[in-house]
Amino acid sequence: MAVVQTNPPVSATDSLHQRLDSTWREPSGFGGWFKRVHHTTIGIRFIVTAFIFFLLGGILAVLMRLQLARPENKFLGPDRYNQFFTVHGSTMIFLFAVPLMFQGFGIYLVPLIVGARNIAFPRLAAFSYYIYLFGCLFFWAGLLLNTGADRGWFAYVTLSGPDYSPGKRVDFWAQMITFTELSALATAICLAATILRHRAPGMSLNRMPMILWEKLVLSFMVIFAMPAVMLSSSMLLLDRTVGTQFFNPAEGGDVLLYQHLFWFFGHPDVYIIFLPGTAFVTTIVTAFARRHIFGYLALVVSTISIGFLGFGVWVHHMFATGLPQMGESFFTAATLMIVIPTAVQFFCWIATLWHGRVQFKLPMWWIAGFFFVFMIGGLSGLMLASVPVDTQVHDTFFVVAHFHYVLIGGAVFPMFGALYFWVPKMTGRMLNDALGKWNFWLFFIGFNMTFFTMHFLGLRGMTRRVYTYVPEMNWGWLNLLATCGALLMGVGVLVFILNFFWSRKYGAIAGPDPWRAGSLEWATSSPPQSYNFAELPTVNGREALWDAAPNQPVVAGIREDIRETLVTDSLDGDPDHRMESPGPSAWPFWAAVATSGLFIGSVFSARSVLYTAVPVAITLIGWYWPRWGVSQRRKATEVWSE
Amino acid sequence: MKALRTLAWIIVFGLLGCQSNHSSLSAAGPQSKNIEWLYWLIFWICLAVFVLVMVFFAHGTARTKVDEQEMAPVMENPEGDRRARVAVSVAVTVTVITLFVVLAFSIVTGNTVEGLSSKNPVTIQIIGHQWWWEARYPNPQADLTVVTANEIHVPVGLPVVVLTSSADVIHSFWVPNIQGKRDLLPGYQSAFWFQADKPGIYHGQCAEFCGEQHAHMGFEMVAEPVDKFQNWLSQQRKPSAQSTDPSVLRGREVFLTHSCVLCHTVRGTDAGSKVGPDLTHLASRRMIAGATLSNESGSLAGWITDPQRVKPGVLMPANPLPPDDLDALVTYLRSLQ
Repeated sequence: MAVVQTNPPVSATDSLHQRLDSTWREPSGFGGWFKRVHHTTIGIRFIVTAFIFFLLGGILAVLMRLQLARPENKFLGPDRYNQFFTVHGSTMIFLFAVPLMFQGFGIYLVPLIVGARNIAFPRLAAFSYYIYLFGCLFFWAGLLLNTGADRGWFAYVTLSGPDYSPGKRVDFWAQMITFTELSALATAICLAATILRHRAPGMSLNRMPMILWEKLVLSFMVIFAMPAVMLSSSMLLLDRTVGTQFFNPAEGGDVLLYQHLFWFFGHPDVYIIFLPGTAFVTTIVTAFARRHIFGYLALVVSTISIGFLGFGVWVHHMFATGLPQMGESFFTAATLMIVIPTAVQFFCWIATLWHGRVQFKLPMWWIAGFFFVFMIGGLSGLMLASVPVDTQVHDTFFVVAHFHYVLIGGAVFPMFGALYFWVPKMTGRMLNDALGKWNFWLFFIGFNMTFFTMHFLGLRGMTRRVYTYVPEMNWGWLNLLATCGALLMGVGVLVFILNFFWSRKYGAIAGPDPWRAGSLEWATSSPPQSYNFAELPTVNGREALWDAAPNQPVVAGIREDIRETLVTDSLDGDPDHRMESPGPSAWPFWAAVATSGLFIGSVFSARSVLYTAVPVAITLIGWYWPRWGVSQRRKATEVWSE
Repeated sequence: MKALRTLAWIIVFGLLGCQSNHSSLSAAGPQSKNIEWLYWLIFWICLAVFVLVMVFFAHGTARTKVDEQEMAPVMENPEGDRRARVAVSVAVTVTVITLFVVLAFSIVTGNTVEGLSSKNPVTIQIIGHQWWWEARYPNPQADLTVVTANEIHVPVGLPVVVLTSSADVIHSFWVPNIQGKRDLLPGYQSAFWFQADKPGIYHGQCAEFCGEQHAHMGFEMVAEPVDKFQNWLSQQRKPSAQSTDPSVLRGREVFLTHSCVLCHTVRGTDAGSKVGPDLTHLASRRMIAGATLSNESGSLAGWITDPQRVKPGVLMPANPLPPDDLDALVTYLRSLQ
């Protein structure tokens, strides 16, 4: 097996390393923290922040489970419980799942896997992080000030409208949406541009690793889905702050319009959370089955068709609203249709394992967990797709069980697999094996205890979002079992944190490629240098390192004294031109501060938008102000053909 | 195998409690019976698929497990790939056929459940409020229209058409033993039908999150033989019972001179406000406070004095009455048969 060694022996390239490092090094010190634009820095910031909010959302979940442990419990009371379940759901979807699975791992991994020095639009990526961070702080500050959103993560009108939700709680929720979706849109643009224009020479579309396909499809899904929810939440905000009547039935507004807009985003968002999971599964299965993925073309087509079909199934969240039966049948059919590409992916993974040489290492445990858990979630989804059955189990704990099986199965299990797989790349040290198994089994058993029981609760009629229930229902022991499971899951996550900190200090040194995997991120040191690759790699197969020729060429002729990057053709990955990547800058930070000021101000006063738009304009002008040296250099490299 | 047996036991025990008056797997009407049948059909299909996939995954992983030191990737395996292509194609075909079966049965069941088969049904108008249910039995003669709350009586064996609407936010009407749920949307009126075949008292619950007391927005559906239902209906049509008992009269006085009249109606008196539930025949109901408390003097007194303790956030204010006023009021309310 040949491995591209893009970090040549130290002695020969000391000066190369120094030159590249002095060009690409991240600024240090307190002020420097706000200027950093390298994708590894931003990616890790996203992952760490989103993981912290995963923990916070988890703490709320445990508190909710304690409230539900026995009938008529007085532990939380309805007001606090409603805030907790709303903030739990919103945190897990908007502050954890999308930012970690799509943005964090995407920003960290994509430039490495395409073999680039940095992400396209690095300052936009930095801006995306700060906006996300300020959105998180804003939303959670609301909860801590007893202004936590309390109308569910969906905030259906008219309950969330001005008449039934006075105060600012819903506004905090609606503006949090604006923060996080702006952030996701910015990331989507960075990732799509990186994948389309910064791939290593030779990485034609049909040689892209599956994870890149999935990130590309995701980016487009984000670009089409997120505006719908920003629209619905902004319309809600306008209803609440400036007296528009979009959703007020008394004035001809429409309550179902809101649901259509929300779920037009909401269902694709499920796939935005689940597709990164499948990308991790494909990558990890390939690495540990020790063979190329089986059915590459089928997987690509499945991913793209999920991207399209995901937009055609939103009405299955609204089967109980009494829509015409013909329309409902159409959406049942569309929902069942999306099972096909998902099933194709499962069959291809199994075929890959079947004809590979499986090494059952730690990340594979989580993939096995994913298979078990996600299959249950997917199959209960089949029940929900059927309109008559859905009308019985809709809005009950059966649905709570279903979507936790889908989202924890489809996102959290692959996420832990991905962490065990890629944390060695990020920190340079392996995670501990024994602690990893404890983490897995505690989480797996706790998860099934918590959520499998909820299927029964739902069938016995326990509806969702209830802060308590009367003892006559006999739901007590099942709820108690679920609460115990939630505690076990919590312990499992704590074991992971322990493992992480222990391994950072005492873990075995990972080296560049601990798993002998095939994609390009393993061709550089762990953690990667500030410039990612000393010499930019070229590619001649889907698994760049496995398929590399003994003397795989590298890219030459890229300047080392400035941040020059190679732009390649979208289709074939042929070199197209050189481009200078933007360097460190504090402007993205200040622009994010100004934009956050505008968003937060609009919650309290509609007129403040007028004043707060001024700093936004100033910071954007500062950000885009042309730099003399850069434009001169660009002119010098431009070639004008007659 | 052992794991499977454990799983089977968990399922059996989990489902044991499903025989109750609030369960979608304890059907008491044609709708819920059809849905239950469809549920079990899909359940067995899903179980078969799950077991198959897990067996293939486990076998595929176990059969090729190799020495951890063996690191070289498999580069070519054309024979294996050919067999895998055949296997995946077969699996996809089976999946598509299975999905069509589910779709067909789902549409057929949907038609049965939604299509009304009678021209002469009983009509009930259900209006959702935060956090109680208003039920009206409309009659072309306005004063024969029955208005009640939180206890809905239906005749056994006759189709019932429900006209739904909401007075404030979205609620969802659901009696799991009888029929799937239907949202009550402000600004929309819709209709659906159901039928109860077994007499009994079934529990219903609001299924769409509607604010602080969503959890306690329950009701009872009393399914009874047609003659009993007609008796109940004619009883409910009457104005409130008039009594000459002095303590009842005193309670009536308390009722009419306190804040009760700002929200409640008792037909036959001056109290005619429509904000809260109609109390004309309160004493005929089994439960109060949205099927939360049983209708007894003690719980009634507790509820009137401090509703916020039972249902925090509820729209009814506290009524700190002197003890003898409270006693009289409860006596009066208990007399409203």
